[in-house]
Amino acid sequence: MDNLLPIQNGQAVSRADIPDLDFTVFQESVLDATRHSGFVVQFFAYEDEQSTLKLIAVIRSGLKIYVAGCSLADEYPSFTPECEKFHMFEREIAEQFGVRPKRHPWLKMVRYHANYRGKEDVFGNDYSQDIPGNYPYFIVEGDAIHEVAVGPVHAGIIEPGHFRFQCAGEKVFSLEIQLGYQHRGAEKLLEQAGQSLHRLPVIAESIAGDTAIGHSLCHSQAIEALAGLEVNEGAKIVRTNALELERIANHIGDLGALSGDVAFNPPFNYFGRIRGEFLNLMLTMAGNRFGKGLVRPGGIAFPVLEEQRKIISDKIADETPGIVNVCDLLFSAHTVLSRFEHTGTVSRANAEKLGLVGYAGRASGLPYDARITYPTEAYDLVEANKNERTVGDVHSRATVRREEITHSLSSISELLAKEIDAESIPVPAVYALAPDSFVVTINEAWRGEVSHCLLTDKDGSILRYKVKDPSFHNWIGLAMSLRNQGISDFPLCNKSFNLSYCGFDL
Amino acid sequence: MLKVIQNRLEQGYRTTKYPKESISLYSRYRGLPIVHQDCDKELARQCAEACPQQAIDAEKMVIDLGRCTFCGQCEIQSQGKFVTFTNNFELGTADREALLTSGSLPDLAEHSKQHFKSLFGRSLQLRQISAGGCNSCEADTNVLGTPFFDLQRFGIDFVASPRHADGIHVTGPISNNMKAAVLSTYEAVPAPKVVIASGCCPISGGPFWGSKDIVGDLNSLIPVDLYIPGCPPHPMTTLHALLKFFK
Repeated sequence: MDNLLPIQNGQAVSRADIPDLDFTVFQESVLDATRHSGFVVQFFAYEDEQSTLKLIAVIRSGLKIYVAGCSLADEYPSFTPECEKFHMFEREIAEQFGVRPKRHPWLKMVRYHANYRGKEDVFGNDYSQDIPGNYPYFIVEGDAIHEVAVGPVHAGIIEPGHFRFQCAGEKVFSLEIQLGYQHRGAEKLLEQAGQSLHRLPVIAESIAGDTAIGHSLCHSQAIEALAGLEVNEGAKIVRTNALELERIANHIGDLGALSGDVAFNPPFNYFGRIRGEFLNLMLTMAGNRFGKGLVRPGGIAFPVLEEQRKIISDKIADETPGIVNVCDLLFSAHTVLSRFEHTGTVSRANAEKLGLVGYAGRASGLPYDARITYPTEAYDLVEANKNERTVGDVHSRATVRREEITHSLSSISELLAKEIDAESIPVPAVYALAPDSFVVTINEAWRGEVSHCLLTDKDGSILRYKVKDPSFHNWIGLAMSLRNQGISDFPLCNKSFNLSYCGFDL
Repeated sequence: MLKVIQNRLEQGYRTTKYPKESISLYSRYRGLPIVHQDCDKELARQCAEACPQQAIDAEKMVIDLGRCTFCGQCEIQSQGKFVTFTNNFELGTADREALLTSGSLPDLAEHSKQHFKSLFGRSLQLRQISAGGCNSCEADTNVLGTPFFDLQRFGIDFVASPRHADGIHVTGPISNNMKAAVLSTYEAVPAPKVVIASGCCPISGGPFWGSKDIVGDLNSLIPVDLYIPGCPPHPMTTLHALLKFFK
């Protein structure tokens, strides 16, 4: 770790302080840090003011976060053969900047768009042609093998993506997931919006609408660090509660959907209705069921006072017994357990190698929870949650959700009991970003670790805005969970992860 | 089995009586905005300048609901002098132009295409396409199937295949990578067919306006029959629009 600079979550540092290493030293140091105990938070390229291509790595290890950088040539020896945690990040860099990681074991496009530098395309694609272009996929050969291709448009009200299964009979040997259909150019837009900073929160909230609070917190904390804005205690509590309400609503919705996927209809319907109650609580604070408009750099856009606190605590008291009982109904039904248990298992070893995060990681025995490890907002007041079943199957991922719902309900009640009024920030807010600075923010949103990373130039304009949704780590986990599973278990495995397409595609 | 019965009794009957009985949403919900025509022009211009979505025309004193994300910043900034967002969730229109409003929208039932009512009034099957959507429009469309809204009691449902559908319901700004899929899904729906643009994204690009990776306007690809604004539209907004337009 000697060559890496220790940094704090959400604290700006001068870009000049980031170690600018020789590539070989950079690669050795970063691989040393990640091969065993460390994980990749961010790994991305950007062009500096002189149009030199630079590489940045943000690594977390234990309670520490580190950053380092180096210059990047048009080709470099891939990190992935040494450490799988880099596999998707390297593909993303190849696509965004036309840089080839040599010996990358599975180099193919991520989102299907031309690179930003006008370089020759690494994948040999002609982007005037429609997706999917020229991409290889893993093929199993043999007389008994058949292939199932699904998507991009799926059978329900769900985002688009392409899934390709290689099967022998009912058994899946390999699932390969190809996304990119949702690519809206979010990172570029966040960079181009440059002068009109007030546009950025609206974009950040729509990176993944079901994680509107998670992403807008990361965005706001980054801007707050760069602009030197202070957030008052009341607003911090409101923002914490908003993130927990988002977690509860999504977990409850997913438990309902899991129940539906094993054809057990009562919890499917009850949880579907209960989820709506929590979206309505978000509306009570934000005026929007997904909390859009609530979190803004400097604090919150709407005051949360006695009236709103009372509505929230009354509703939580009202719904909690029902949630406990419906959970009991779901988790004690033998027909449900026989489908949940030992289905879609991702071993701890695989989860660790691939760097899974959030409930998918915790269900496989990786306890990392950014709320505890790198607390932001009012999380220093919240007690850690503990997970009982961590063997990596659908049942573990469902049980972790159940435990997190209970934990979040009690956390919100504790924070509400502090009865701190939270005033809103003045509008329009006026602020400028510190020049030549770097900041990384990390929050444990409901799916796991969300991180935003900003670099500013000498005028304080945004030079690079890097977004990472937890789905970027976890889609490969879903592919692993299908190995040697019946293909009919796909919906169940898929819902137990419930990953974001748009958060991945940006 | 006993637990099933016990939970059934505890959960009770939760379906709304809407539209027979009206529903009022919590006061903080931001629905149809009223633009105060007597507002000082300079204040209106300041609000227009600060609007992240460039949805405000300060000269004509209107807000474009096709661009607006209902973030409410203009109301706060003008302390309600330029605009106030009401609790009215009835926002659907049959015309793009009607979304440029100072506070009143044409009656949707009268402005809908009357032949749709006779064709789809008793049964409407829709194919949903998420085309770059952030999953909030999709999620708040999905909830129409939950017991509170129970969309199916009106003979309206979302189906798995475009071949089974009477029309498409599109969310998202139509990413370039979904353009082909939108067009082929539309073509796979047998005519006569209806096209619904849901949320500000397929109407104007929404939060992603100006991105070169999106189409941003569904109507530029295929003719849109029904516009449902919002970011996302409240489920009641969608329910109201579907009932008024087709029933």
